[in-house]
Amino acid sequence: MKSAWKWSLPLAVFVALVIFLYVGLYRDPREVPSPLIGKPAPAFALRQLDTPQQTLGTADMHGKVWLLNVWASWCESCRIEHPLLVEMARQNMAPIIGLDYKDKDDLGKAWLAERGNPYAASVVDADGRVGIDWGVYGVPETFVIDKRGVIRYKQIGPVTAEALQRSIVPLIRELQKES
Amino acid sequence: MRGIVMRASGLLACIALIAGLIAAGALAQVSPTATDAAAARLSTARSTSEPPPASPLDARLKKLERELRCLVCQNQTLADSDAPLAADLRGEIRELAVAGKSDDDIRAFLTARYGDFVLYNPPVQANTWLLWFGPFVLLAAGMLVWWRMSRASGRVAADDPARPTADADASRGRALLER
Repeated sequence: MKSAWKWSLPLAVFVALVIFLYVGLYRDPREVPSPLIGKPAPAFALRQLDTPQQTLGTADMHGKVWLLNVWASWCESCRIEHPLLVEMARQNMAPIIGLDYKDKDDLGKAWLAERGNPYAASVVDADGRVGIDWGVYGVPETFVIDKRGVIRYKQIGPVTAEALQRSIVPLIRELQKES
Repeated sequence: MRGIVMRASGLLACIALIAGLIAAGALAQVSPTATDAAAARLSTARSTSEPPPASPLDARLKKLERELRCLVCQNQTLADSDAPLAADLRGEIRELAVAGKSDDDIRAFLTARYGDFVLYNPPVQANTWLLWFGPFVLLAAGMLVWWRMSRASGRVAADDPARPTADADASRGRALLER
């Protein structure tokens, strides 16, 4: 009985070590889980990219399931996700609001003209203040907000076909059913 | 024969102790904050050679920025980082400080947006108990096993009839030398 301990304890420690290392192998330290998930979306009202005299904000989106996509014309990986957003907009699943993050208006507009505009509207976050409020630390990032204005999902980095299929689209469908 | 078993068990205890220490290191790996906290302290120590900041506010902000993590280049502090977001956050922190917010208020402002990850000094709370106390628990467990095994091997060895006496050892040594 005692000798069983002598062998099993180091073995157990070793197995635990292997499990820790194995899990650590597949964790992406760049993905910092957002504390904002499940919390009310930070309010903003910003001028629109296309119609600068008009503002659009979180209050305008109340009662809708919507997406906030943080993008910029200088953002390389935004090019990767852009066709997926255009396709998503075509399917009319939920309005996508673009947050043009620390960008120049004319560059942003040219970028959308060139690649297609998936956004119901884009708003301009010239100094990145709203980005900070939303905990943005890299572009692109995408949030899903429910009808009550609560953030339900955050995609860090480009939206992928896999993320759309597995998480985002099913979540939007589910949230649309909520009242 | 039993002597060999005892020696083997002593070796096992050593392995358990080392495995415990390695596992403690692996824990720190899974949650990088512990090693980074050390790095943060190092960088604080290094900073003493820098010229003294201009004003008390500057000094206070520098100190605060040194314990906050830049989210873009994750192994740098806000003070050290050249990332645009770090500059924005330094500006934000300065404004909050000028508006009369305390260091704790500022930390709360950042953790509300970016999570505990921004703190180089992670708070002691339920989900960080493993991080803070795990290594000590493992060390204590390793020492306990080592202590018990060394005590057991000492006791058995003294009254073990199979154990060669000092005389037997000496005569065997002589025999070997004279051969």
